[in-house]
Amino acid sequence: MPIALVDCNNFYVSCERAFDPSLEVKPVVVLSNNDGCAVARSNEVKALGVKMAMPWFQMEQLAKQHGIIALSSNYALYGDLSARVMSILSTFSPVQQIYSIDECFLDLDGFDPQSLLAYGQTIRQTIKQNVGIPVCVGIADSKTLAKLANHCAKKRFAGRDGVCDFGRYSVTQLSKLFATIPVGDIWGIGRKISEKLVAMNIETVEDLRTANQSRMRQQFSIVVERTVKELNGISCIELDGACTARQQIMVSRSFGQEVSNFDDLSESIAYFATSAAEKLRKDGSVAASLSVFIQTNPFKEKSAQYQRQLVVPLGEPTGDTLKLVNAAICGLREIYRTGYSYKKSGVMLMGLQPKNSVQAQLFNDVIEKGRSDKLMSVMDAVNQRMGRGSMTLAASGTKQRWSMRRDSKSPNYTTDWDELPIAT
Amino acid sequence: MPASTLHQSIIEPAVTKSFNTPLYGHKVEAGFPSPADDYIEGRLSLDQHLIQHRDSTFFVRAKGLSMVGAGIFDGDLLVVDRSLTPVSGNIVIAVLDAELTVKRLVWREGQVILQPENPDFKKIVLQDGQELQVWGVVTSTTKKFI
Repeated sequence: MPIALVDCNNFYVSCERAFDPSLEVKPVVVLSNNDGCAVARSNEVKALGVKMAMPWFQMEQLAKQHGIIALSSNYALYGDLSARVMSILSTFSPVQQIYSIDECFLDLDGFDPQSLLAYGQTIRQTIKQNVGIPVCVGIADSKTLAKLANHCAKKRFAGRDGVCDFGRYSVTQLSKLFATIPVGDIWGIGRKISEKLVAMNIETVEDLRTANQSRMRQQFSIVVERTVKELNGISCIELDGACTARQQIMVSRSFGQEVSNFDDLSESIAYFATSAAEKLRKDGSVAASLSVFIQTNPFKEKSAQYQRQLVVPLGEPTGDTLKLVNAAICGLREIYRTGYSYKKSGVMLMGLQPKNSVQAQLFNDVIEKGRSDKLMSVMDAVNQRMGRGSMTLAASGTKQRWSMRRDSKSPNYTTDWDELPIAT
Repeated sequence: MPASTLHQSIIEPAVTKSFNTPLYGHKVEAGFPSPADDYIEGRLSLDQHLIQHRDSTFFVRAKGLSMVGAGIFDGDLLVVDRSLTPVSGNIVIAVLDAELTVKRLVWREGQVILQPENPDFKKIVLQDGQELQVWGVVTSTTKKFI
């Protein structure tokens, strides 16, 4: 049963390049929130030796020397382009599993095996032309192998023009290829397991593929045994087309500058709770409890350190921004202490359940509930039409001193009328 | 466009699925249902009218006067479909000197030309070996007066 893994190349960098051709062939790095460290690197930057998650201050020298262009992350742009890519990919197979913002599995069962390579090329060309994002396609008989095939396509170990179909290789050819790839490159084999495997002389993909399965289960877990089966083309990890509903929603961020007074902190908490509530309603869910946390900067070892988290139960599960923000601020009041400089705060919604399956309670105020539903749908509609944050609670503040530092963020090319790309 | 076609394109409601189709025009409680209920056709949507491929359509702001002859003025909103394969005569967004430019694409006698629609601007003829990068095809433009 052939499965394809489609993965966008250096996704965030590619999104930036799609709208700013001057970034083409230049070394470009995208930095995390607060411009902390590298979260995406162009091939040119990789060649300079910049590693994933490398902090900006560590590469600043290199950046000056080679003219590396550093951009703040623009999640509004990446989110929109991801949705477009995924929507187009969904037309290539009846079963699609979106695995992350920039990759998804497609079930190619029933397709002519001889045509898969060409099909992969069509996928690649379509995404490149229609959205401007380069992708690689890996095709094989299990998810683990499809991941590996994609890796080979990307690194040009095998396949052609960004598409690699293991079905086109003989067993001997694959054995040879697998013997050149370190075991740590396999999907699901983390650093710890890979170190242990290497100590057992299982160093390459081929070593693990031919390893004794029951021994692997004894030494590690059923997960590693399953990986061995998958490497042998026995599909064990199901392609789950149906999106499993989220178990929790977390919104948290580091502040651009540290804050110490309660008002600034409560603004941030209200803002995060508002944004979490929006996501919750978009999923059609309600939350049963909420957790608030605040923390000082752990990297400033000389400053006084403090961190606390508190779970606030919500009585009746709700998706109402007002109630969630109130609960969050109540929680904050409990855990807030003066005399500290806070660097980060966050809100997590837990105990999520579908809105329409909530059990009615004895003291429910039905009329009030109807009112709240109406208010929330108006709020969501306004924010969708007029742009995010057009209608918010006054509690989330207008100064937002705590907001993220994003010094060199590109325009919101696709989500803001005032920031569209310009053609002369 | 002959008068009959024009007439048709005005009164004919969109037949594809609409985002605004009301389910019921009128709540039936007591009394008579609205006589218009059977004729509810859904509102016309500009999105539907202007956008053929949602996932590959982007909006681009026009700047400058190089295309005034084609009805594109400074500040106009261009609707650009990246999924379309450009043919000679299309107005396209092309990448030129690492910037986006809007011009009419013309293939003539083996030459690729980016043709402005304003006599004050020079046409751009691609040299041998110079590859034309078309970013997308402009399918329409819109203008707001207020």
